[in-house]
Amino acid sequence: MNKEFTKGILRDNPIFVLLLGLCPALGVSSMVVNALGMSAGVLFVMLGSNIFVSLLKNFIPAKARIPSYIVIIASFVTIVQMVMEAFAPALFSSLGVFVPLIVVNCIILGRAEAFASKNTLKDSVLDALGMSIGFALGLTLIALVREVLGSGTITLFAMGSFDGVINIPLISQAPMRVFSLSAGALLVMGLLKAFFNWYSAQKRGQA
Amino acid sequence: MSEQKTLVVASSPQIRHRDTTAQIMLHVCIALAPAGLWGIYLFGIRSLLVIALSMAASVGVEYLMARMMKQYTLADGSAALTGLLIGLNMPPNVPLYIPIAASVFAIAIVKWAFGGLGANWMNPALAGRAFVFFSWTAGMNAWKMPRTWAAADAASSATPLGTAKTGLMDVAGEGSTALSYLSEIGYTSSNAAQGFSDWVSSFGLSLSPYTTDLFLGLVPGSIGEVSALLLIIGGIYLLAKRIITWEIPATYIVSFGLLVWIFEGTLYGRGMFTGSVGFHLFSGGLMLGAIFMATDMVTSPISRTGMIIYGVGAGALTFLIRIYGSLPEGVSLAIIIMNIFVPMIDRYIQPKPFGVVKTKRKGAAA
Repeated sequence: MNKEFTKGILRDNPIFVLLLGLCPALGVSSMVVNALGMSAGVLFVMLGSNIFVSLLKNFIPAKARIPSYIVIIASFVTIVQMVMEAFAPALFSSLGVFVPLIVVNCIILGRAEAFASKNTLKDSVLDALGMSIGFALGLTLIALVREVLGSGTITLFAMGSFDGVINIPLISQAPMRVFSLSAGALLVMGLLKAFFNWYSAQKRGQA
Repeated sequence: MSEQKTLVVASSPQIRHRDTTAQIMLHVCIALAPAGLWGIYLFGIRSLLVIALSMAASVGVEYLMARMMKQYTLADGSAALTGLLIGLNMPPNVPLYIPIAASVFAIAIVKWAFGGLGANWMNPALAGRAFVFFSWTAGMNAWKMPRTWAAADAASSATPLGTAKTGLMDVAGEGSTALSYLSEIGYTSSNAAQGFSDWVSSFGLSLSPYTTDLFLGLVPGSIGEVSALLLIIGGIYLLAKRIITWEIPATYIVSFGLLVWIFEGTLYGRGMFTGSVGFHLFSGGLMLGAIFMATDMVTSPISRTGMIIYGVGAGALTFLIRIYGSLPEGVSLAIIIMNIFVPMIDRYIQPKPFGVVKTKRKGAAA
């Protein structure tokens, strides 16, 4: 597999390694369905912005590059916002302010500045895909831990007779509410980060 | 304690103290014993089970973590003390998984995730308590009537602080206080305290029976926090053994008392300088917190000035949370917040090395 694609998933995972995009990671990770919705939004915006920034990189003057990136990103965020409001109003209302905040999500701006503005279209697309999948994995992992421990449920999309909520038998009777509070988000995030640091240290030690 | 890789040597003179960690922990356990035994007597044998479970869980997790880190730390007794403090901080009717969860969180995450005893920047027992308090609020309010109350005359088994806090929402009468509110709703007071108040009033003084009850520990509350008297006795023991110094408890209690005296009355529509100091000093976890929790050696400042800043800060935060916050009690959160400031306090308030003379005061004795 292509290096530009795989690096975002584990080695340069935006949440656990680059520590970018933490604001939405802490804000919307109390339910799995929110994390998935957020990830889909970020994927679309990042793909769009990386494509356009990469295509326009020779036309954007260096001094005005950040405002230009923001304009590109904001256009895609507006699309996401409108589509989400029309087709997934419940998700839209539960994500709240974090949808428009994708505009200033540092992972998207960071990839535009650090990668797409210096690389070819193909690499930029692969980079956007890899980074978004890495972001989605990190966010969903945090949300999974938080929702299972904090509410005793796993909320997914409702489909047919399945209402989208899986109840975890024992925990849902007396869930550890602290994990659904913001303190729990920081706690889970820190512990997962510690675990990944330990894991990569072990791996480096063996190599 | 484990061997440190680097040894940081402070400036001379250096004194080697005879106390080992294990001895210190043992003395603290002895100092806590009267209050703990009183709690067990007052709330029944189940309290003993709660304490035993939290101690066992703490020691068990300590063993596992120490094994994982390839150290041996059980003998220093710190895990047992953390477990004891968690047990004493639990309400008597708490569901039994709560003290266990608190112990696991305290030892595994607050203490060992940061490197074990001496490296934790937050008091493990309090962090464990805060963790379960925000997780299982209902379970952490499972109060029980003390043995000294007859079931017939008990209006509720809520704690005095909690009752006063709830009552504050619909209290109207001007000139009322937390204490007068309690007597208005018929909160139980013991006969002995009632008799003592009558006796005091024969001298023309007034003393609410609730204050006496709170001081002696004849009220519902967490297992180890109810009796201010026994906790103060334990504190005096620790002072005599030189395990704690007076700065933190004294500044904590005095600053809290002063702020309560100045501002608490305004909540009840009275003026300033009319707060119910006695009620607030002896209720809730203030004594337990100020004497045993805030003075934890690992998570309190080193210098005397630092200790005073820390004590005053904890007192002010407890006042803010307890009087103006939505929770009835703020001791544990206040101490945790001040724990976070300790590295900063120690960084900026550094003791003057012995023998250093300020250049301005030439000739003066050091």
